[in-house]
Amino acid sequence: MASIELKDFYHTYDARMGKGETSSFCIENLNIKWGDGKAIALLGPSGCGKTTLLNAISGLIHPKGGSILFNGQDVTALSTKERHVAQVFQFPVVYDSMDVYGNLAFPLKNDRVPRNEIDRRVKEIAGILEIEDLLELPAGNLIPADKQKVSLGRGIIRPDTAAVLLDEPLTVIDPKLQWTLRRKLKQVQRQLGITMVYVTHDQHEALTFADIVTIMSNDGKIAQTGTPEEIHNDPYTPFVGYFIGSPGMNIMECSITSTGFDFDDFAIPIPVGLNEQTLSAGDNYQFGIRPEFVQASMESRDGWLPFTIEIVEDTGAYKITTLKAGKHKIKARIPEEMPVVENNPLWVHFPDKHIKLFQGNKRVF
Amino acid sequence: MNNRAWLFLLPMLIIMSLSAFIPLMTVVNYSLHYIFSGSMPQYVGLANYLEVMRDSSFQNALGRQLIFSTMVLVVQIPLGIMIALALPKKGTGATISLVLLGIPLLIPYIVVGIVWRLFTQSDIGVVPKVLALFGYAYNVALDPIDAPLTIFLLDVWHWTPLVVLLCYAGLQSIPDAFYQAAQIDGASTWKTFRYVTLPKLRPVLILAVLLRFMDSFKIYSEPLLLTGGGPGSSTTYLSLFVARKAESYELGYAGAVSVIYLFVVVTFSFIFFQIMKNLGKGEHSR
Repeated sequence: MASIELKDFYHTYDARMGKGETSSFCIENLNIKWGDGKAIALLGPSGCGKTTLLNAISGLIHPKGGSILFNGQDVTALSTKERHVAQVFQFPVVYDSMDVYGNLAFPLKNDRVPRNEIDRRVKEIAGILEIEDLLELPAGNLIPADKQKVSLGRGIIRPDTAAVLLDEPLTVIDPKLQWTLRRKLKQVQRQLGITMVYVTHDQHEALTFADIVTIMSNDGKIAQTGTPEEIHNDPYTPFVGYFIGSPGMNIMECSITSTGFDFDDFAIPIPVGLNEQTLSAGDNYQFGIRPEFVQASMESRDGWLPFTIEIVEDTGAYKITTLKAGKHKIKARIPEEMPVVENNPLWVHFPDKHIKLFQGNKRVF
Repeated sequence: MNNRAWLFLLPMLIIMSLSAFIPLMTVVNYSLHYIFSGSMPQYVGLANYLEVMRDSSFQNALGRQLIFSTMVLVVQIPLGIMIALALPKKGTGATISLVLLGIPLLIPYIVVGIVWRLFTQSDIGVVPKVLALFGYAYNVALDPIDAPLTIFLLDVWHWTPLVVLLCYAGLQSIPDAFYQAAQIDGASTWKTFRYVTLPKLRPVLILAVLLRFMDSFKIYSEPLLLTGGGPGSSTTYLSLFVARKAESYELGYAGAVSVIYLFVVVTFSFIFFQIMKNLGKGEHSR
């Protein structure tokens, strides 16, 4: 097992977009350090470079700059095989011409491990993954979820596996089995204490799987690394706030005056605890609040802001409302029993302790 | 059952019966008769078949055909795979190679035959001249080895590109992840080919083997133009043999040969298909 560290990582490539057109893609000055034996999720929108980063860690591509360190040792120049990294792909990869046993044994056979040792190891791994019954079956005939288990099994069968990289491994799995397979992944990770890097664009997958979540933004930069709780409660940037949560954090442009936050169409008093220094910084602030923390009332209340209800989405357990006031649109999660009607007014309040303030893409409060 | 579906199939069934089924049945009918020009056919049961089976000229033609078809598969399939693997995967190079490979497939058989005839003709051809420089007296018209070998090489030149194109398309459809996984699993180049490429090419290879096998039986215009089936009968393959018999109005005999011919092709194709369908699927590793 190993800790993984990327130092000043730099990579670009040109993607062909059709005749003559190219779009260059770039990851620049990226620094990450992930601890040994951790379940790590690399979360970001599609096309932000997650897979590129993953392929660089496994050695399938070589970065144009910077270095990759496992346990502090530079592995940038090493081949995929020498890095002892396993990778599980989006589409389950099994060797059709072998049975499940052969698939699991394949990496060990390539390493010329003695036969009885292979047998012992295959049985051990099959036991962990609960696929003992499948060992004799042709791998090509399995359902995707089992193929993905075999694929993972090939990854963890080498005793010296430094890390297992998973590239959106649940995408093609039947939704009913996704949950079971994710539990299995997590269990294997715990049981073997393997460093696992799980790439996904699905925040739910990321947050439920990982000890540590690293969020990449569209421009190929690391937006934040932290525990799921930190990511949710303390977003460093408006992007993280908006990207995490369903729906994501409400972000509104505002300026600060002597009396409070000015949103042009309405204003609210300055929350307690916001220090003078921050306040003096001027305007161009971004005000953030999560939909679940927006308080709502059907009647006018003192100091609460009147919004118009635009859309009501009823999930059964709660309602998500889209509210409008002037140029601002926000979402609020409100109790199921509140009888809200579209186009009617709703009064809202932003509790002080849940207000986040950003300036120039950084958290200031 | 949806009865209307049959309505949509009807035009196809009519065309099929006119173009294939009725002629086939006619041939079967012929094969059961002695037919003399202008006189009434006389029903003889399986007598024609017995005659064909006993005829050493038929046995020789069939043997020659089977050797030719086997060589076609043994050489063209691996060669096709190798060329497909060696081709550039994308870019201008790929386009150019594919166009070049397509050219032999676009030329009409007759033209192919004539071009090769000009190349190999003993008095004016460039092939005999060049080979003479190396001390080899090549003569396609007289040498019973040179003639079939030339026909075979012509076929390799003409039809290997088809195998290449099929394999190339098959290779393109293998997702990169399979190769990346093999790389991560530490597989050698050979093992990657053996356990990733080859199994993934199976459907395409089944098609290639069947097409090439069936087509190889149809070889006709090439020997006709190049060697006229000779010297002796060294390039009289089954199609040419049948045609010669039909031309000499031995219609009953030719009909019997045709039916046996069809039986041989269908039987072998079926066997190949059955073998390849399950070859190396989920091999037990213990």
